[in-house]
Amino acid sequence: MSTDQRVLNAAAPSVSRRRFLKITAASVAALGAAGTFAESLSNGKPAEKGLRQVPTFCDLCFWKCGAIATVRDGKLWKIEGNPLDPLSRGRLCPRGTGGVGAHFDPDRVRTPLLRVSERGQEKWKAVSWDEALDFIAARMRKIQATYGPESFAAFVHGIGGTFLKHTLKAYGAVNIAAPSFAQCRGPRDTAFRLTFGDDVGSPERTDIENAQCLVLIGSHLGENMHNTQVQEFATAVGRGASIIVADPRFSVAASKAKFYLPIKAGTDLALLLAWMNVIVGENLYDKAYVEKYGFGFEQFAAELRPYTPEWAYPETGIDPDTIRATAREMARYRPATLIHPGRHSNWYGDDTQRVRAVALLNALMGSWGRKGGFYIPSSMDVPAYPYPPLPKPSKPKIESLINKFPFAGENISTAIRDATITGKPYPVKGWLVYATNLINSLPNQDETIRAIQQLDLLVVVDVIGSEIAGWADVVLPESVYLERHDEMNPELFKHPFIALRQPVIPSPAHQKPNWWIAKRLAEKLGLGAYYPWNDIEDYLAARLKAGGYSFDELKRQGILTGKQPPIYFDDGAPATFDTPSKKIEFYSTQLAQAGFDPVPKYTPPEPGPPGSYRLLFGRAPVHSFSRTQTNPLLSDLMSENSVWLNAAEARRLGLNSGDYVRLRNQDGRLSNRIRVKATERIRPDCVYMVHGFGHTAKGLPHAFGKGASDAGLITRYKTDPLMGGTGMNVNFVTLEREA
Amino acid sequence: MSRFAMVIDTRRCVGCQDCVVACKTENSVPQGYCRDWIVEEVHGAFPTPHLEIRSERCNHCAEPPCVSCCPTGASHVHDFGGVVLVHHDLCIGCKACLAACPYDARFIHPDGYADKCTFCIHRVAKGLDPACVSVCPTHCMHFGDLDDPTSEVSRLLASRTHHTLLPEAGTQPRVFYLT
Amino acid sequence: MIELTTTRHNPLIDPSLHVWEWQIPVYLFLGGLVAGLMIIAGIRLIVLRPSRREALVCCTIGPLLGLAALSLGMFALFLDLAHKLHVWRLYTTFEPTSPMSWGSWILLLVYPALLANALAHLPEAIPALARRFPVLVAISDFILARLRLVLAIGFANVALGVALGIYTGILLGALGARPLWNSALLGPLFLFSGLSAAAALLHGILVLSAPDEERPAFADFLLSSLARVSGARPLDPNAGPVLAGADNSFLTIELALLGLFLLGHLTSTAVHRQAAGLLLTGPYAAPFWVFVVGLGILIPLLLQTLELTHRIRHTLAPAVLVLFGGIALRVILVAAGQESHWFHALN
Ligand SMILES: Nc1nc2c(c(=O)[nH]1)N[C@H]1C(S)=C(S)[C@@H](COP(=O)(O)OP(=O)(O)OC[C@H]3O[C@@H](n4cnc5c(=O)[nH]c(N)nc54)[C@H](O)[C@@H]3O)O[C@H]1N2
Ligand SMILES: Nc1nc2c(c(=O)[nH]1)N[C@H]1C(S)=C(S)[C@@H](COP(=O)(O)OP(=O)(O)OC[C@H]3O[C@@H](n4cnc5c(=O)[nH]c(N)nc54)[C@H](O)[C@@H]3O)O[C@H]1N2
Ligand code: SF4
Ligand code: SF4
Ligand code: SF4
Ligand code: SF4
Ligand code: SF4
Ligand SMILES: [Mo]
Repeated sequence: MSTDQRVLNAAAPSVSRRRFLKITAASVAALGAAGTFAESLSNGKPAEKGLRQVPTFCDLCFWKCGAIATVRDGKLWKIEGNPLDPLSRGRLCPRGTGGVGAHFDPDRVRTPLLRVSERGQEKWKAVSWDEALDFIAARMRKIQATYGPESFAAFVHGIGGTFLKHTLKAYGAVNIAAPSFAQCRGPRDTAFRLTFGDDVGSPERTDIENAQCLVLIGSHLGENMHNTQVQEFATAVGRGASIIVADPRFSVAASKAKFYLPIKAGTDLALLLAWMNVIVGENLYDKAYVEKYGFGFEQFAAELRPYTPEWAYPETGIDPDTIRATAREMARYRPATLIHPGRHSNWYGDDTQRVRAVALLNALMGSWGRKGGFYIPSSMDVPAYPYPPLPKPSKPKIESLINKFPFAGENISTAIRDATITGKPYPVKGWLVYATNLINSLPNQDETIRAIQQLDLLVVVDVIGSEIAGWADVVLPESVYLERHDEMNPELFKHPFIALRQPVIPSPAHQKPNWWIAKRLAEKLGLGAYYPWNDIEDYLAARLKAGGYSFDELKRQGILTGKQPPIYFDDGAPATFDTPSKKIEFYSTQLAQAGFDPVPKYTPPEPGPPGSYRLLFGRAPVHSFSRTQTNPLLSDLMSENSVWLNAAEARRLGLNSGDYVRLRNQDGRLSNRIRVKATERIRPDCVYMVHGFGHTAKGLPHAFGKGASDAGLITRYKTDPLMGGTGMNVNFVTLEREA
Repeated sequence: MSRFAMVIDTRRCVGCQDCVVACKTENSVPQGYCRDWIVEEVHGAFPTPHLEIRSERCNHCAEPPCVSCCPTGASHVHDFGGVVLVHHDLCIGCKACLAACPYDARFIHPDGYADKCTFCIHRVAKGLDPACVSVCPTHCMHFGDLDDPTSEVSRLLASRTHHTLLPEAGTQPRVFYLT
Repeated sequence: MIELTTTRHNPLIDPSLHVWEWQIPVYLFLGGLVAGLMIIAGIRLIVLRPSRREALVCCTIGPLLGLAALSLGMFALFLDLAHKLHVWRLYTTFEPTSPMSWGSWILLLVYPALLANALAHLPEAIPALARRFPVLVAISDFILARLRLVLAIGFANVALGVALGIYTGILLGALGARPLWNSALLGPLFLFSGLSAAAALLHGILVLSAPDEERPAFADFLLSSLARVSGARPLDPNAGPVLAGADNSFLTIELALLGLFLLGHLTSTAVHRQAAGLLLTGPYAAPFWVFVVGLGILIPLLLQTLELTHRIRHTLAPAVLVLFGGIALRVILVAAGQESHWFHALN
């Protein structure tokens, strides 16, 4: 190795970092990211010697795995799973293990920032917390006075948002959304609620470890690293469970499958209907279960008749024999046959109906409430903090006024965005954005930016200089999860437990935890009475005491576990269904009444322009969405994404793996450059990329311009008429060679 | 005597790289380097490809060419389990061992010495599994003693089909892949 | 078709091994050259016996250049080390399985052998130096007075030269991990390439120091100043044709070895065939055929044949070409060898 290279490697995280620093020197310096990696490394107390272990729970995604962080000589060393934790079972996923890098992230925002030029130009002035919060409180008061508190909306993702939501509700806000509903699990939760009267939940109540037949429709477990699910998936694979995967891409999960169905994207409902046609037609379903718990089976069965495997073949590309064979395979193992409900289920705009078909197929298998299917979860009882009562909202939330999406169970992020743009049903003039990078998580970035331009105030609470932070009027830098307390987590899960998040190490600069920000903001808004506690430890202690738990034990162990009630019907778990019929609704009267198909009906997806590829996207195991690309540990493992292209198509286009291309979508939008992965692992009619790359924020010099952004190409979306989910797999691209 | 080995179940491995991250933190592997990595090998054509995912690292070969080529004795086979290690103080950084390893398992540490997987001998000496093995969320990695017929690695090798990497190179690897 | 992807990204290793840049080929070339110089010097010393005392290009200038080349080569090797401060660790142990360890010890022996060879006839070769340091004359007298010692020095040079020359090839050949280097012929190949380089170099020196009317004009200035400081007499000009002839034999053998080397690969496993492909049709084919085979072997072979049959005058060209070809051979073999791989063959 040449000396030059060695010096570089030793001194700086990467060569390219220097280059980006140069490009963005001015703005970056303002963000405070100019502080070097080495500087942040030395931020632990130098006086501390030896090893110290602190249990907490992970925040690299929303799974909330119990973890134990080890500090060596005052410096964060490693993070491992907490063996007491039922979610992690002592093992984290790669992101959790790489959580160390969240603390050392070189692109962290170090002080509160106030915008000093036009929105989106990312020019800032560093200010004190008091200045920043005074500014925010003044504007919030003005919005409250001029338009009413409902005109201040919020986007809050994750457990860290608990206290900010409390402050906002005290202020009178009613529109608080997260992209985890309309852009994620909304269709699924709605579909299962319509069918079984209950959500699948997060963590999902799927009993994968006991499933004998597991059907994955798109769910790319193994790349989707939701820890417990992946662990259980591996257990199932190790046990030799029969695995069926339908995916246009030969996913990692597909490589473990007994049956891989290379389905044409967007036609899953056809496959599901054909499967059910076979299962009902051949009397393979769980008759006793259906008779006992089912409602409207006859109408349902009648509706299925046209959907034969022969009918489904031209739609899906899956031959009738395979459809029959897989249907029989499922029936063979029922009720321990789990058709996984998926999670990121907003694909084509008809998603609730598609996932309802998944729910119905599960109902035919009798898997809900059964071992190897869906268990009945429980949680430990921790009483809420006895806060003073919150003010009654003066206006209803936006969704209730627009007369759309009758089955939306939560606020719809894109409905707030629409209202902000149109001013209807009432103006929305302020946003608080906590831990969600809206520019990358909502479809159609132009609309998001247009909405932002209507605002009188955009506050972003983030840990790094993300895209949404770049558009803010005020950026509030939060301490990362390793540096703070949070709301505790009494998880609804197979095994009831409480998990604690507590600080492992101090923040490197002026960052503050969300509870402190929320409380201080409430005080500035004159809402101090809603925070009767001084410090979050008081809050946590009070709640735990009320529940009869020991805070000391929780601090020491990170986890308290409780007794597990029966989780299967067969063991005495209550078989109750919170639907109108109090049964599993094969035929949904609710849907019929609202003018929707009571039994799912198939409509083929619209094709793209000739010669284009459908753009699909998903997860890489070492990254979470658009939030980990600056994490030095994780970006070292994957610093850019690539676009998967069928090998034969690549040959046709004269492209080789590693070549750079740009993607142009049907609306002419051009992506950043991205490498081709020419592979036998994908259909020839679509391309695939990992979500989260292609950052455009100057505040992220370490991720800037690396890889391409799927979000930037998702200019179109199809909204689910039942619940407002935004189907995003409806964009098409062509590839342009990059010189 | 013991002979340490790693047995990795490719049926369970999902290629998540947790083993890589864990190694990096546990062993303070410098940024830009890795002691272990993931290989994905695809045979066949769409729609019936076959994918094998492997977590790879130094194979702690029983016949290690990296040791026989080392001019200073820095690369050596340790008595403890036959693990192949590098004495940092003896290493001159001549890179012969890098060129000698058919698996490209070694690299030159920014401090100038040849570095690679140590089988986490510092952990094993304390009765722990190597870091990568201990974090693997799919439990697909196993570590143990080949000389102990009751060890998990011995039992797995006796009961499952397996292969090593480049057996034709004659290095006798001690990382085994169950298929 | 096999699709192979890896997440590994270690510097100097990925996407393909490139641990050695110019330093190692330069070291190998200079090592081979020194080996050739030693063998020629040793043979010349043995053949001459103490009886004749003349200014000897092979016995003195060669070894002296050898000492310089050796030092340069070792410096290049030193430059390549990633942990330079530990270089002395080479000499706190002897590792019998490591060609590099053998090499470092051989290098230690090469110095005194070369020096002894040079000293035997130094007073004749560089009279000015001998006048300055009479002890040199004494040493020379001491050596030449003892036939056994002369023979010992001669044979030691030959033996060490052969060892050194072969070692430069074995160093690569022993690295089984790189298919292109998997050949026992690399030792002899580098030995004969070294011999040809040495013969060509000495031949070149003779051309430069040929009587006024025969030597190239540009050499005049250089030589007259050199002659002034050294007080040298004309070197043994009749060695020229002998060296050119010898060089032709070495080049022919080298060519044959190169052919056998490639043939060996082509008749071996797919991995080796693919490795040979790097030189035959792959990215290294053009420089290999042009610089190594064409300009480095065939053209000098032709030129020297013409020289020997008196169709053209002896010129510097063959020397320059052969030396350059020798460097090219090592540069290309080191680079292509690092790129050759057991795994790539899968693709
Ligand atoms: N194009 C496209 N859009 C998608 C998806 C997709 O795959 N492709 N996926 C959808 C899905 S399934 C989901 S769930 C959503 C996820 O959407 P988001 O939750 O918006 O996901 P991220 O992009 O990770 O944005 C998280 C933001 O929070 C910041 N952050 C991280 N940790 C902290 C912290 O501790 N405190 C604070 N204050 N901020 C923090 C990060 O820096 C980042 O800016 O996106 C949805 N949108
Ligand atoms: N490492 C990591 N893991 C994560 C996350 C992360 O950011 N990083 N995010 C978590 C979150 S919040 C979510 S929501 C989940 C998302 O994870 P999943 O719910 O598993 O993801 P999806 O986006 O539904 O699925 C992506 C897969 O669907 C396939 N696909 C695309 N279109 C179609 C289609 O029309 N039909 C079929 N059958 N398949 C199709 C793609 O090829 C890809 O394999 O991941 C979770 N896990
Ligand atoms: S799944 Fe991974 S990233 Fe998510 S909480 Fe668990 S360990 Fe952390
Ligand atoms: S941690 Fe385990 S599952 Fe993940 S890549 Fe490594 S060996 Fe495979
Ligand atoms: S894998 Fe490579 S480095 Fe490890 S023992 Fe074998 S030859 Fe040596
Ligand atoms: S680099 Fe170090 S360990 Fe490797 S062969 Fe040279 S001296 Fe030995
Ligand atoms: S055994 Fe230890 S050193 Fe080797 S790859 Fe695993 S974690 Fe890294
Ligand atoms: Mo999600």
